[in-house]
Amino acid sequence: MSAPIDATALGVFIALFALVTVLGFIAARWHKADLSHINEWGLAGRRFGTLITWFLIGGDLYTAYTFIAVPAAVYGGGAAGFFAVPYTIVAYPFFFLIAPRLWNVCKRHSFVTAADFVEGRYGDRNLALAVAITGILATLPYIALQLIGMQVVISSLGIGGSGLAGDLPLFVAFVVLATYTYTSGLRAPAMIALVKDVMIYVTVVVAVVAVPMKLGGFAHVFAAADAAFAARPPGAPPASVILQPGAYWAYGTLAIGSAMALFLYPHAVTGILAASRGDAVRRNAVLLPAYSLALGLLALFGYMAIAAGLNIAKPNLAVPALIHALFPSWFAGFAFAAIAVGALVPAAIMSIAAANLWTRNVYKPFINPRATPQQEGQQAKLTSLVVKFGALAFVLAFSSQYAINLQLLGGVWMLQTLPAVVLGLFTRALHRTALLCGWFAGMATGTAMFLATGFKPTFALHAGGIAVAAYIAVEALAVNLLLAALLTPVFDRAGIARGTDATTAGDYEDEASAGLPIPTIA
Amino acid sequence: MKTGSRPANAWRWLLLIPVLALAFPALYARRDPVLFGFPFFYWYQFAWLFGSAAVTLLVYRKTR
Repeated sequence: MSAPIDATALGVFIALFALVTVLGFIAARWHKADLSHINEWGLAGRRFGTLITWFLIGGDLYTAYTFIAVPAAVYGGGAAGFFAVPYTIVAYPFFFLIAPRLWNVCKRHSFVTAADFVEGRYGDRNLALAVAITGILATLPYIALQLIGMQVVISSLGIGGSGLAGDLPLFVAFVVLATYTYTSGLRAPAMIALVKDVMIYVTVVVAVVAVPMKLGGFAHVFAAADAAFAARPPGAPPASVILQPGAYWAYGTLAIGSAMALFLYPHAVTGILAASRGDAVRRNAVLLPAYSLALGLLALFGYMAIAAGLNIAKPNLAVPALIHALFPSWFAGFAFAAIAVGALVPAAIMSIAAANLWTRNVYKPFINPRATPQQEGQQAKLTSLVVKFGALAFVLAFSSQYAINLQLLGGVWMLQTLPAVVLGLFTRALHRTALLCGWFAGMATGTAMFLATGFKPTFALHAGGIAVAAYIAVEALAVNLLLAALLTPVFDRAGIARGTDATTAGDYEDEASAGLPIPTIA
Repeated sequence: MKTGSRPANAWRWLLLIPVLALAFPALYARRDPVLFGFPFFYWYQFAWLFGSAAVTLLVYRKTR
């Protein structure tokens, strides 16, 4: 399945990859500090301003896999695959409401993870453990997907392919990534994100302007997709350019449910907590949709690949095949490097985030309660290596479909931490034990529905003779919330203690509005 | 700042608008009118990308 080697594209690709590697190691000296401390290694000392935060969170959320998989979904399924766009639009109003509160309370109390916050808020380390384990489990397959994204571009360059030697380029890239993440911590992906995002924007802008011109305009691109979908044989999975009524609820709930889950993911939380001020977080709610625009335009590459009449073995190859077919080799090398580096940034942040969770919410409370900040830092660094090589081994050993299925299930799981984390930012109305029961019920029903539908993200609920297919994560969240609300008065009446709240109302607000004496500076 | 926090919070309800505008595809899953070659389904969602950012900016300005 490997393409023939394109020497020019490969040369450009390797040169850019080398540049990024150097940056990853140099990053250790950026805002020089004691990197053995978890706050420095795992959150870069919380000192990123608005611009770096924009690059970091953008580079973190809009992953290489997204840039491959969303156009692939549109190529294969039409309008239904476009839900990623409303998803990444709706995410920001939500982000605006929760992220500044989360940043403030974590800054005041030196919380490193969302689970740290849950422990502080509810005084319950078991509830925190549930949040931490959910985050770790949802993150591992996500890291594996970044590797798959990288595999796709590597195979498009003509290197890679089957067998042990074929896996070598991926292995080399990953060893390099693991080494500089170990030495530089969150500073490495933050610095690399600057380069990566500029490369992604250049690629998208050039491609979005040039490709429709070569293909005869957007009207022709949409018409070609229409014709291709209409010509599908009756047995093939249905697809259409305009969403069909039967898919409305699935589309809407996938968009809203994914948007609510997005900022619960550990790598998203890590990006938020590394900001220097609540205002930097808030400004990013306005600025980050620029990435959604890039993603939306890239999604249309799925239709462009159809209009270009490319013969593609797998939908995942739609973007690389289109770039290879329509652009000179050097630009293809540049674009492929953008995607591959686009895999390194999130993979690094995800492994750091999972390592922070393990260290702060499993290792420290349950294994070594007297760990010093330095021991925590060392534990986190080692964990980041374990996590990355675990993901690598998984991708090399199993079919990529396993990772894709597990990542879908991970999204369902992640949303089940919403009651404890997001509602916890606003109210303590729910009892900690009721939250734990709700979480367990949500995880169990979500997993059961996912298995029952044969690894599909939507599950049809039958009510009054009508079947409505909706996103499993949302359905499981309803069970979760209902149970937590019903059990709260039960546990209260049974006299089970609420646990101590280490936070105060003012901890969630920016310092100026929390009534602290801040001198006014014009 | 402190005294203004109640009315300021009311601005946050505006954030619901883009969510409601996109949550129900029945509102926009149509082909016509076509704009610059884009079926309505696509340009409506792209338009809300800017609309949502504008609403968020407004709320940001009003709640500072």
